[in-house]
Amino acid sequence: MTHITDVPIRHKGKAVTAGAIAGISKRDSRLSIANLSIAFIALVIGGAAGLLQGFVRSGFLELPSWISYYALLTAHGVLLVLVLSSFFSIGYLYAGTSRVLGGLADKTVAFGWAGFGLMTAGTVIAAFFILSGDANVLYTFYTPMQANPWFYVGLALLVVGILLNCVGMFITYQSWRKRNPGELTPLFAFFSNAVFVLWVFASLFIAVFVVGMVIPWAFGWVPTIDPMIGRTMFWAFGHTLVNIWMLTSISAWYVSMPKIIGGKVFSDSLARVAVVILVVANVPGGFHHQILDPGLSVELKFLHVIQTFMIIFPSLMTAFAMLATMERAGRTKGVTSLLGWWKILPWSDARFFALIVAMLAYIPAGLGGIINASNQVNQVVHNSIWVTGHLHLTVGTTVMLTFFGISYWLIPYLSGRKMTKTINRLALAQTVVWASGMLLMSGAMHFNGLLGSPRRTANTTYNGHSAASDWALYEMLMAMGGVILFIGILLLVYIWIQLAFIAPKGDTDFPIGEDYNKKDASPLFMDRWAIWVALATLSIAIAYVIPLLDFASGHSPGSPPFLMP
Amino acid sequence: MHIHRYEKLWLIIGSLILLVFLAILAIQTFYLEMGPPSHAEMMDPQEVRESELFADAELTEIGDNEYEIAIVAEMFAFQPGDLEIPAGATVHFTLASPDVTHGFKITDTNVNVMVVPGHISKVSHTFHEAGEYLILCNEYCGLGHEFMANTITVN
Repeated sequence: MTHITDVPIRHKGKAVTAGAIAGISKRDSRLSIANLSIAFIALVIGGAAGLLQGFVRSGFLELPSWISYYALLTAHGVLLVLVLSSFFSIGYLYAGTSRVLGGLADKTVAFGWAGFGLMTAGTVIAAFFILSGDANVLYTFYTPMQANPWFYVGLALLVVGILLNCVGMFITYQSWRKRNPGELTPLFAFFSNAVFVLWVFASLFIAVFVVGMVIPWAFGWVPTIDPMIGRTMFWAFGHTLVNIWMLTSISAWYVSMPKIIGGKVFSDSLARVAVVILVVANVPGGFHHQILDPGLSVELKFLHVIQTFMIIFPSLMTAFAMLATMERAGRTKGVTSLLGWWKILPWSDARFFALIVAMLAYIPAGLGGIINASNQVNQVVHNSIWVTGHLHLTVGTTVMLTFFGISYWLIPYLSGRKMTKTINRLALAQTVVWASGMLLMSGAMHFNGLLGSPRRTANTTYNGHSAASDWALYEMLMAMGGVILFIGILLLVYIWIQLAFIAPKGDTDFPIGEDYNKKDASPLFMDRWAIWVALATLSIAIAYVIPLLDFASGHSPGSPPFLMP
Repeated sequence: MHIHRYEKLWLIIGSLILLVFLAILAIQTFYLEMGPPSHAEMMDPQEVRESELFADAELTEIGDNEYEIAIVAEMFAFQPGDLEIPAGATVHFTLASPDVTHGFKITDTNVNVMVVPGHISKVSHTFHEAGEYLILCNEYCGLGHEFMANTITVN
């Protein structure tokens, strides 16, 4: 076991040079392995639920009476968007931060394990009540629908566990800063810290809502609850979660991708600016989920549309930085033709291939997001299955393929093994399978949504109505996409088992790119998170103070519970 | 902090497109009054069924081919049931829920609004084309959610 202060290497400059510390201490790697294991189990169970949903909705399968379509839907949502994404981001960011900061602090590891324990216990409790049919409330659990009260306790434990992980990350980050005065933190650690700052904002909203309002109401200690406050608090959390996945994903695009293609980080300072804008502007984005809600004025909704649109700016920066990184890498290898640098990218390296397909999927995913958030245009698509298609492009394709790409270096890095040519080929095939499955399924969902088909609805013909009969073709395509995706999950499980237990022993590096321009350093205040947290709090206040005060003082009569089922 | 010339250009053009886009949305919202349904009025969900507004509500003609109707969105039906109106009619819908949150969506139109317990939602639409439109609940409301639908026939 290496204590953090025993590590002799002090990293100077902005980006830690490759190979400075190639390994990771057993202590730190065990924590990441534990988190990743739960993420992988969640992917398999959540994915299987998704496959069954596709069959049910298209009418190919009738479920036995002991489980409903909506229980599967709840399991799919909770396990994939909440459990998988939180455990994976913690496992990955803790490992990468340990790599660039030369190990995690003792207290960080303690907080990490405590957090892991609570999160795992919470997940098991929530999953039990979902699968036993006592929590058919979907992952948004809109009140006054009510699940078994212990389901909410499970969720609360999960969130508290995440908060402990946040504290853990902040301890290592700040202790590195204290030991390295006058130096910027490495870019990867900066990303990592940003993700956990967002986790704090997201978790506080959901913790106050679940612990302060839902649990007392679910146990019957309080007779009624205000559904509008619930929707507002949930989406402050829910949309922040979206940017937590995105920020986790683009950390690999910005920091690891340059190293994999043999280039350098295009601009360390601009990457930090993009991160900061995402953190500051992110939370109010949640309101675009409530554009069709009553009780919020048109003017207020338009303010939220503007705040949501601020997220687009850092995405434009990312698009530029990624292509610029790739072009520069090619130019330094002597490519002079206009697009020659694109051709010589390492297309046969699964780590790169998964990332670039993820990036390409982000283009239509982002465009769809702009449509959804466009105020009155939202009426065309709101709660139609178009939105489900959008989610499967953003989190299902962009984020998942990035996570898969990360796993191709992260798992062998942690298991002390090497990727073989055969596994690499399988991983390339996995990427193609996943992308085509999503293209088919998500494409069909987008078209079907424009025809009016609702999301989150079990198989129905609406008494043979002609509008609903037009949807059948797309529902069949969705089911076919689901089958292809499940084949993708099976392939992935095989690859992961190979990388974790079977592949030949060897050293795999966690790729960390160097900055292209050493002289173009960010000002040191970029590392002063108090500034960004204060600005983010201000942007949250601008968005939330008026509506929340309005709801709280509106003498809402409140709603009694309606148990599901 | 150095920003590449091309990146400046890219970001400026991108931001300008964004501003134009927002301006179009603003004009549609505030001058053409195409903003999303945003009625603000409260009602105790436990009193919805007995209230003057919603008890025994029926389609009422309030002007030249202009109608209004109060609809209770409940698990798992819209009350009153199927509607029938002449082509070209404008209908003002007033909605409330006595139980959980529902959605009110009419296919082949842009009518789409959330019905959250405690709040009254309002939305209007002019039905120019004849046909049988499907009204469905597009917010999950419980194990019978997929049965929550009606029709509105335009003659």
